[in-house]
Amino acid sequence: MTLSRLYVAIVAMAAALALTAPASAHPHVWVTMKTELVYAPDGTLTGVRHAWAFDDMFSAFATQGYESKVKGQFTREELAPLAKVNVESLKDYDYFTYVTADGKKVKLKDPAPGYYLEWKDAILTLHFTLPLEHPLKAQELRVDVYDPSIFVDFEFAKKDPVHLVDAPAHCKMDVVLPREMTFAEGKALSMIPADQPNVSMAIGAEFANKILVHCP
Amino acid sequence: MPVLPPRCRVSQPLLFIAAVALIAFAVDTASAAPFGMSAGGAPPQVSGFAGWILMQQAIFYRMLSGAIRATKADGTAALGLMGISFAYGIFHAAGPGHGKAVISSYLVANNETWKRGIALAFVSAVLQALTAIVIVAIAAVLLNATSKAMGDTVRIVETVSYGLIVLIGLRLTWVKGRAFLKLLMPQPQPQLAHAHAHSGGHDHAHHEHVHTEACAHDDGHDHGHDHHHHAHDHHHGHAHHHHDHDHDEGHAWGHAHAPEPSELTGKHWLRRGLAAVFSVGLRPCSGAIIVLVFALAQGLFWVGVASTFVMGLGTAITVSTIATLAVMARGIAGKIAASKSGGGMLLLRGFEAAAAVLIVVFGVLLLTGYMVSERMIGV
Repeated sequence: MTLSRLYVAIVAMAAALALTAPASAHPHVWVTMKTELVYAPDGTLTGVRHAWAFDDMFSAFATQGYESKVKGQFTREELAPLAKVNVESLKDYDYFTYVTADGKKVKLKDPAPGYYLEWKDAILTLHFTLPLEHPLKAQELRVDVYDPSIFVDFEFAKKDPVHLVDAPAHCKMDVVLPREMTFAEGKALSMIPADQPNVSMAIGAEFANKILVHCP
Repeated sequence: MPVLPPRCRVSQPLLFIAAVALIAFAVDTASAAPFGMSAGGAPPQVSGFAGWILMQQAIFYRMLSGAIRATKADGTAALGLMGISFAYGIFHAAGPGHGKAVISSYLVANNETWKRGIALAFVSAVLQALTAIVIVAIAAVLLNATSKAMGDTVRIVETVSYGLIVLIGLRLTWVKGRAFLKLLMPQPQPQLAHAHAHSGGHDHAHHEHVHTEACAHDDGHDHGHDHHHHAHDHHHGHAHHHHDHDHDEGHAWGHAHAPEPSELTGKHWLRRGLAAVFSVGLRPCSGAIIVLVFALAQGLFWVGVASTFVMGLGTAITVSTIATLAVMARGIAGKIAASKSGGGMLLLRGFEAAAAVLIVVFGVLLLTGYMVSERMIGV
């Protein structure tokens, strides 16, 4: 009888330790984005053009130590080395941009030259274009922008978040905002035991920003 | 300072440093951050468990920048900033890198009291705040270094921190694992061993055999020395008072749940615990670094410093709560095990050893970036 109580106590101890497992994410960077899908005259999609505005804390953090003529103001040129660091680092994270055409994964190339950072009202915005390795036409195109680890929190701009540039006229675009996690969901999430896979609610993709383009 | 055999005095720190260096260099530290300049906190993976907490800490984090700006305009807003920092610290500590896992496992493995757990949690939180402040003060304020340079610095510190965690875990695993294995092996009348812990020839034979290894896993306690004398049948009473059951399988067996008064009042636990806490506290909180740099950019570095300390306070509360839970569960298990014969104790020792192994696992995972890159769910 005491032995079974011991098991209970040990299970409780294991649970307490499981509680401590370093398992949750920290969003540390917030990005408000505007995205353009760029088409060639023949109607093929050639690239994804992003404008990512960072939150003010990260903007201040990122520009720390960079020289500028006017204190607290940065020109595009002054920020060029920082833009290079940004873009090169993003490569390891696939630029957080995932494109599928008719259900198939689409390969993206590294950003085209001409990317830059802009400083305005203490907010840093990164402008860059990801060319498709092979420009294509697709009936159903889908672009997801998200960080699976939620280190970076992506959010579409409230106004005009997505544009199709030179897209064939019959293409229709739809922007799917990530669902806000409701309080009930958050609570439900917190009820899932730490040692069980969270199958019912996939964080990340589920809360991704989706662009859907339908070209019948 | 307890007496150690001379060769240990030299070789132990050397070995230690060599091992840290080895790990630091062996592991690829280039866990780049998305924008090449994270404050060191590369993306960790997400677990459903902390989903809600995650949201709360995000909310408070976003409030921080506004509060810092408000403080610039009106000094009294600093009060609100401190409140937000505190709340952020509490929720933030639910995330990785605040030592909950290491500290809790450590407390369980060592059978420490909850009071000590709380003390260690606070020391580690303060240390973490200090590391962040020192790094930003030197790198950003004095040297005007870029965030990237700062991030690189943090990564080195981080690697050392994780390496230390691995070492502490290995040392504890060695001690606890042997205690466990010894229990597993056929024992001639455990009750007798208890009663005659200090005179049983069986035990002494082991101790004599063990005493060189004591150098490697001993924080500086004198039991290695004592055992040596034991073997020669000297200083019996003296040695008894200095025994530390955690490092002595023979005594762990008998005394684990009836610590001697000298152990409770002694400073052994502090010295031992500080090593664990140091390894955890070395790693600065990336959130704090961003806040500090932001405050600096607003010309309010000292406000950032205060906010960082208050955040640390919140963090300490979360960490100590979880550590206390672990210690309480451990205490209950210990009481039950003590009232049982061999089987219960075996389980308990096994669990202690497992907790020690857990520290190694955490350390290795942190070190290799597995926890950071391994996206277990939701993708």
